[in-house]
Amino acid sequence: MSLLLAGWLPPQSRPTRGAGRLIQRNLLVYKRIWLVIIAGFCEPVFYLLGVGVGLGEFVGEVTTEGGVSLSYAAFVAPGLLAASAMNGAIIESTFPIFFKLHYNRTYDAVLSTPMRVADIAVGEILWSQLRAAIYACGFLVLMYIVGLTDTLWAVVAILGALLVGFTFSAAGFAAVTFMRTWHDFDMIQLVILPLFLFSGTFYPLSVYPSFLQPIMQISPLYHGTELLRAFTLGSFDWTLLAHAGVLVAVGLVGLAITSRRLGRTLLK
Amino acid sequence: MVESLVVGRGLSKKFGDFTAVDNIDFDIHPGEAFGFLGPNGAGKSSTMRMIGAVSPPTSGRLSVLGMDPSTEGIKIRGRLGVVPQEDNLDRELSVYENLLTHGRYFHMKRAEIDVRIVDLLEFVQLTERLDDRVDLLSGGMKRRLIIARGLINQPELVILDEPTTGLDPQARHVVWDRLYQLKRDGVTLIITTHYMDEAEQLCDRLVVMDRGRIVAEGSPRELIERYSTRDVLEMRFAADQHRHAMPIIEEVAERTEDLPDRLMIYTHNADEVSAELARRGVHPVSTLIRRSTLEDVFLRLTGRQLIE
Amino acid sequence: MTTPRALLIVESEWRYYKRTWWSTVITTWLRPILFLLAMGVGLGTLIDRTADQALGGAGYLAFLAPGLMAASAMQTAITDSSWPVRTGIKWRKHFWAQISTPVTPDDILNGLMIWVFIRLVFVSTAFAVVIWAFGAAPLDRGLAAVPAAVLCGMAFASPMAFLAAWFKEDSTMIALFRFSLIPLFLFSGAFFPIDRLPDLLEPLALFSPVWHGVDLCRSITLGTPLALPLWVEVGYLLAVTVVGWWAAIRRLRKTLNL
Repeated sequence: MSLLLAGWLPPQSRPTRGAGRLIQRNLLVYKRIWLVIIAGFCEPVFYLLGVGVGLGEFVGEVTTEGGVSLSYAAFVAPGLLAASAMNGAIIESTFPIFFKLHYNRTYDAVLSTPMRVADIAVGEILWSQLRAAIYACGFLVLMYIVGLTDTLWAVVAILGALLVGFTFSAAGFAAVTFMRTWHDFDMIQLVILPLFLFSGTFYPLSVYPSFLQPIMQISPLYHGTELLRAFTLGSFDWTLLAHAGVLVAVGLVGLAITSRRLGRTLLK
Repeated sequence: MVESLVVGRGLSKKFGDFTAVDNIDFDIHPGEAFGFLGPNGAGKSSTMRMIGAVSPPTSGRLSVLGMDPSTEGIKIRGRLGVVPQEDNLDRELSVYENLLTHGRYFHMKRAEIDVRIVDLLEFVQLTERLDDRVDLLSGGMKRRLIIARGLINQPELVILDEPTTGLDPQARHVVWDRLYQLKRDGVTLIITTHYMDEAEQLCDRLVVMDRGRIVAEGSPRELIERYSTRDVLEMRFAADQHRHAMPIIEEVAERTEDLPDRLMIYTHNADEVSAELARRGVHPVSTLIRRSTLEDVFLRLTGRQLIE
Repeated sequence: MTTPRALLIVESEWRYYKRTWWSTVITTWLRPILFLLAMGVGLGTLIDRTADQALGGAGYLAFLAPGLMAASAMQTAITDSSWPVRTGIKWRKHFWAQISTPVTPDDILNGLMIWVFIRLVFVSTAFAVVIWAFGAAPLDRGLAAVPAAVLCGMAFASPMAFLAAWFKEDSTMIALFRFSLIPLFLFSGAFFPIDRLPDLLEPLALFSPVWHGVDLCRSITLGTPLALPLWVEVGYLLAVTVVGWWAAIRRLRKTLNL
């Protein structure tokens, strides 16, 4: 996704194969801590088991905004898929990048070679997306096996998860360029937790009083959730373009901020 | 006249109101080891970063390998080796993986890098440590690994920012030894240091920087001749005895320096001065006679006060 | 009389905490509010359509609130005991500085546990106030549940301090966190009765201190009967706390070479 979007950047900050080099570096690291990847995959599965199945019995049937009635587990699953894409992207684009930027000074070493700032920005964002996509694939397979989605259109949801991953990894990286100490990470939690809880993941927006609903729609995760829910239900309409549009727009703003501020931080 | 590899003219670097590098000129020739000396905060590292094409100059002209760092930074960095002052090895990777990823950043082929890694690890005596995590290496080993990393692309010009700071004497000598070898192979070295013995050992030519400016330039020998005397006498006196000796000493010395614990006497012939002082009744508790070093030059030029 | 050395550690933790207290205020107050709002109120409107008696009969919000209180105590205890130990040994390395004074590893651990205890009292009391504000339990009952929540937290604090001192790699600890924190949180009985879990998982939940904490808190605020005799539940939490404490001290002595 960001490869496609990169064409939009000005030529001097367009990534080269350098972005790929950075991804190779990250792969070397993750060879050693693959357990973390598995943990990331398990997270939404636990939620599905806990909230979807455990609590689902008490909730019963849920009606989506599109008017489809379905079991609570089937309703909550795509929401968890979107939320885990967000979480995966945020975790990968904040802690490790802050560490590499300010403690390990990894990027200083990278920039003493022909690599460029844009290679770092795009490489790291692509990598976070990649992780989000790995989780999404695993989760979708699981959904299909246990019968929470019965349409092969669900495959498109991988693209949707990639888009959510792009949006949040770009936003996360942009946020990191403003951070100075570890305590600033609490601010990220402050944003992520409400997004997770109030983006239509656990119940339709119609539960809220009508005056609150437009506020909830500000959340980019809400648009991701709607997108993925439509894909796993196999119900397509034009509003999906609007949801995707919001995600692309937020991601691009994040990417633009990242390229700008990262250059200023590293090339003083 | 040899073509200069690096040329700086009126080069300045400002961070907001603070001027880190103030209008400096220098020429670095192919094959030489060129030193930037100076106390902490003199502007050495800022100069190195500008030469390394990762920090745009605020004003002035800079040419590295015949190119302009602000427009051809990527090409320059492709032919440069950088050994930074701080340890920025990738702590999440092994020794081998550090060198491999760094080589990949130069777009070198894997097979080519693998061959190079074998040579380099032998060169810095880390062959046994190939698969170790970087965290497990000692300070000296990390330093050698950073040097090996900086050489992965077979650079013609290597920038070393305080290459031996924090190392024990054995480790320093190993590093120096490797740097000599590089010089012999025709690699141009740019070294910053605040160790005078290091500069005397390694540098063909050097500049002394202080508060962003170049205050002296030449070979170590030239600088000693110009800014110091051949010999130095260091005398210690019993409590305040030297106050009485001062007028006599000042008559025979080229220059003196009165330190809290001892008196430094700069002269071209220490034996003669020592004998003369004894004849005129000056009897210090102890006398040390030594040759002038770059350290004497350095302290004369940059002062003994701490610069904070 | 000189101040016990463990209290000096408490004092230094307090000094460190003072600089960043605002960020924990967010987690202390905002987390319970957000969770109760989203799950208790929001999801509650869907759940209360069926009004299942298995949820205590007083609405989902009233069922969830005491459970979340115990679960939050667990989360606070885990983060506040594991990271300080980790960073003290490996990153900030202040443990090494502390043991170069008359302070011993035992003092460090005791001090840290006292500090976590103080934090737990504060966090759980805040939670009781939030529950009351939501109308999910009367204030006196909520406050009465604070000791149970604190005990539940301590049963996690000491074993986590042991694990944090024991692990060689940060990534092992992060992986453990990611594998265990969410299941502990979700399958603690806070969100739904654990008999709804797959048969395989149910006995596992019984061993989790948090389930006992949830059960205790809920019986205090909602008046539901305890699943096991009181002395078993309290005894179990106390036993885990003490064993963890003992193991953590031994481990810390070993790690700091004393």
